[in-house]
Amino acid sequence: MPKDSGIGASIKRREDVRFLTGRGRYTDDINLRGQAHVAFLRSNVAHGRLRGVDTAAAAAMPGVVRIFTGEDFAAVGGLPCGWQVTGRDGQVMKEPKHPVLAHGKVRHVGDPIAAVVAETYEQARDAAEAIAVDIESLPAVVDMAAALAPGSALVHDDLGTNLCYDWGFIEDSKAAVAAAIAAAHHVTTLDLVNNRLIPNAMEPRVAVGDYNSASGESTLYTTSQNPHVIRLLMGAFVLGIPEHKLRVVAPDVGGGFGSKIFHYAEEALCTFAARALNRPVKWTAQRSESFVTDAHGRDHVTRIELALDRDGHFLAIRTSTLANMGAYLSTFAPSVPTYLHGTLMAGNYKTPHIYVNVKAVFTNTVPVDAYRGAGRPEATFQLERVIDKAAREMGIDPVEIRRRNFVDAFPYQTPVAVAYDTGNYHATMDKLVTIADLAGFEKRRAASAAKGLLRGLGLNCYIEACGIAPSHLVGQLGARAGLYESATVRVNATGGIVVMTGSHSHGQGHETTFAQVIADMIGIPEAQVEIVHGDTANAPMGMGTYGSRSLAVGGSAMVRAANKIISKARKIAAHLMEAAEGDIELKDGKFRVAGTDKSVDWGAVCLAAYVPHNYPLAELEPGLEETAFYDPANFTFPAGAYACEVEVDPETGRVTIDRFAAADDFGNIVNPMVVDGQVHGGIGQGIGQALLERAVYDANGQLLSGTYMDYAMPRADDLPSYVVDHSCATPCTHNPLGVKGCGEAGAIGSPPAVVNAVIDALHRGGHAHVTHIDMPLSPARVWAAMQG
Amino acid sequence: MYAFEFTRPKTVAEAVAALAGEDAQALGGGQTLIPTLKQRLASPGMLVSLAGIAAMRGVSVAGGTLTVGGGTTHAAVARGAAAAFPALAALAGRIGDPAVRNRGTIGGSLANNDPSACYPAAVLAAGASVVTDRREIAADDFFRGMFATALEAGEIITAVRFPVPQRAAYAKFVQPASRFALVGVFVAKSAAGVRVAVTGASEGGVFRWTQAEAALAADFRPEAVRGLRAAAAGMIGDLHGSPEYRAHLVGVMTARAVAAA
Repeated sequence: MPKDSGIGASIKRREDVRFLTGRGRYTDDINLRGQAHVAFLRSNVAHGRLRGVDTAAAAAMPGVVRIFTGEDFAAVGGLPCGWQVTGRDGQVMKEPKHPVLAHGKVRHVGDPIAAVVAETYEQARDAAEAIAVDIESLPAVVDMAAALAPGSALVHDDLGTNLCYDWGFIEDSKAAVAAAIAAAHHVTTLDLVNNRLIPNAMEPRVAVGDYNSASGESTLYTTSQNPHVIRLLMGAFVLGIPEHKLRVVAPDVGGGFGSKIFHYAEEALCTFAARALNRPVKWTAQRSESFVTDAHGRDHVTRIELALDRDGHFLAIRTSTLANMGAYLSTFAPSVPTYLHGTLMAGNYKTPHIYVNVKAVFTNTVPVDAYRGAGRPEATFQLERVIDKAAREMGIDPVEIRRRNFVDAFPYQTPVAVAYDTGNYHATMDKLVTIADLAGFEKRRAASAAKGLLRGLGLNCYIEACGIAPSHLVGQLGARAGLYESATVRVNATGGIVVMTGSHSHGQGHETTFAQVIADMIGIPEAQVEIVHGDTANAPMGMGTYGSRSLAVGGSAMVRAANKIISKARKIAAHLMEAAEGDIELKDGKFRVAGTDKSVDWGAVCLAAYVPHNYPLAELEPGLEETAFYDPANFTFPAGAYACEVEVDPETGRVTIDRFAAADDFGNIVNPMVVDGQVHGGIGQGIGQALLERAVYDANGQLLSGTYMDYAMPRADDLPSYVVDHSCATPCTHNPLGVKGCGEAGAIGSPPAVVNAVIDALHRGGHAHVTHIDMPLSPARVWAAMQG
Repeated sequence: MYAFEFTRPKTVAEAVAALAGEDAQALGGGQTLIPTLKQRLASPGMLVSLAGIAAMRGVSVAGGTLTVGGGTTHAAVARGAAAAFPALAALAGRIGDPAVRNRGTIGGSLANNDPSACYPAAVLAAGASVVTDRREIAADDFFRGMFATALEAGEIITAVRFPVPQRAAYAKFVQPASRFALVGVFVAKSAAGVRVAVTGASEGGVFRWTQAEAALAADFRPEAVRGLRAAAAGMIGDLHGSPEYRAHLVGVMTARAVAAA
């Protein structure tokens, strides 16, 4: 019997009413009295020396209030990087300055050179075009391998190299891995590219800066997944504004996928300009600006080797990756190819020896940072592609080779630092075999063949580290932040509840699912619970939403705060009923004295807390409001098994996804419908990466895929109806809800399944020479691969 | 967008007069021009909207000729040509998305002559003629290469006249991002013979594949073109396909169009 409320109920998302009827309040909906508008003049060359920026003519144009250039920011900090990676040689990474506005050099197309503030946006843009910029064009650094070759042009002259770091993980394992590979029965090697992606959230980035000269308080309204992080980074490291004089508000946010984690120059500019001009200043990205300023994702070039014994047991894995950082280090960029990637190279398998080498490279391209999955899709893609290739080379069924190597006892300590607390990979595979109807594949293949189409089946297993992250652990690994989460639960006098969470919903549905948890804990209707987020003025210091962490970390903080509330309310109830606290039970919104018919309901206890006429004032403070912080003991480890069936048109190379099934283990589930939606969206994004999306730079560093005419986003008719299942649940062992996180799984699990399916189709169709095709598997690439 | 003046005449004569002004630019459905203006890549002094000219809208059939007003939207063509010229209706019904189809016009598309647009293939294959405010231009004379046509400055496409073929079909292979034609082939068979027009593929814009026309005139079956190869030289090479791939697709799409005709 499906539940209709509380934990486990598929209730509709309350926020959708305003999103679907145009009543959301996004940052661009915010317009303040006296507001001026910003247009940026951006570099149209990838690499050049700034010899002069002449703003005189532009400054005299109609409506222009002020023009800022790099000189205006000489006295403030650059945009900070939040993670410091230490390389194999024990040296910390190269960390170039990232000025708010370009100074000395421009380093990628889109690098901001000047910001024009004017009465209207059109006036600002007219003036921006009138700025005379003298740039000495320099050779662009685009290709990563070339960037590391001697004599390459340098993105940052002062660093003396384009190598950000050379990271080995775990360096001490390197020799043992080499020995295991040398002695192995079989070694499968694969060279592959994890294609560069552009996030393309539906809502472009927006920033509105405001300044109150009476109070000296600055306010930034911004499209962010983590307003407290922006307040800390921008306040402390860039503009020098203490937290109590800086408020950051991220209202409704229309998608982020990671790209709205980071602190961007436009946020600092609008805050700085509002204070300098003593009036509100607004910037809204044009879509074409989003393409060249939002941090891109992925962009790894990898060689992976998998060593096996004669029975197909994995003996060792060795990888070597070039990871593109772009022109500057975005907020969390260094962590993505390292600790979010190397730690996942064990996958779902017992491989005793693993060594990961990553060289991070500066290029004259947009900075690259976390994008839905962040490092974990890159790890999964390599691993599951090389497993598929090995299975084919050794003549082992792809389901069987995976089963033969599954981790099957927990907890499991991997050779790449992390320890999986729980899981059941055989169960998810069993579930997948059923829901994907693998038994019916051959019949479907014959039906496709009768239509002249090649059908293929691709499998994938994934594991991800979510619930990011234990602060003490990430601190040791170079994080310059804690990764706890916070919540304040405020109970009102008549029993209604407002939860202020440090998490931030940018489409995930927290306002619904978090309310379900609180309602369930107390036994009151969801309608009595409101979830508030996104404003540093009312929420406690929180780290925001990314890494599938909101429920596992933010939800846990909320549960802790709610437990404090319940504990205090129980004391009040005991007082009201003149019973011992230990005898009080909370059920269905009533406190009862165990074994009696005496009870007092939730509302009466709340009223007593705020109208303490009959109240244990000597022992308890009045009021009912509690705050809790939660720092996780470990990551969570969602895992799953995916199957994709494709049809390939051998005449054109066009790939059509006919079936897609996903069996996921997310631990406990609060709202199955919301989880379905998260998985659907993730799979759609993964299919986009596998078949359609690719950011392409030419040799001069110009972005060729700079509009939707050339950057292919997935559309509804590119996607099949998915079969998703999350009934194989092994609850997380270390957080109070037993939840693991589901936001990124689809994007991690789907690309290898799609590519494996296409390779399978080509093999079955007689194209045995095709062992790999780099993503996206466009018709042209598939056709070219078939030609040999 | 830069500032511009705007006028919306009610007759062709008024439009012609307005277009005689300095820096005047005709605006059809705006599906190319408006994005270009928004990117500040064009700065006309005066936009002359053709959308208010009732005489330039509509689809009619008489004596084996289907006439489409130059200001007729793709959606209206998809409806109005469905009975008389279903291949043209199907082409129009698959241009862009509903928003594009209810704004974009046949005249605007032909005047722009995007090398990946669909309509040029239909006009060239059907042997249609382009009617303007001052003359009638045969399809074979109208298309002059990528984004180039026989139109003079200020000349307005008021209608397109299609001789309705006996058999016809359009086969489009879409570019994954834009969904314009990576290669589109329109095949038309009439008493006068077979014409095969290809869009999307060539650096020279829409063209007739005469080799296939000859083969299909002798034997109008897909098998007749299976062995033929379009030349890769002169084909477009870009992110979405090499010249060789496009040349290959010309053959595949031609066979599919014949099969569907």
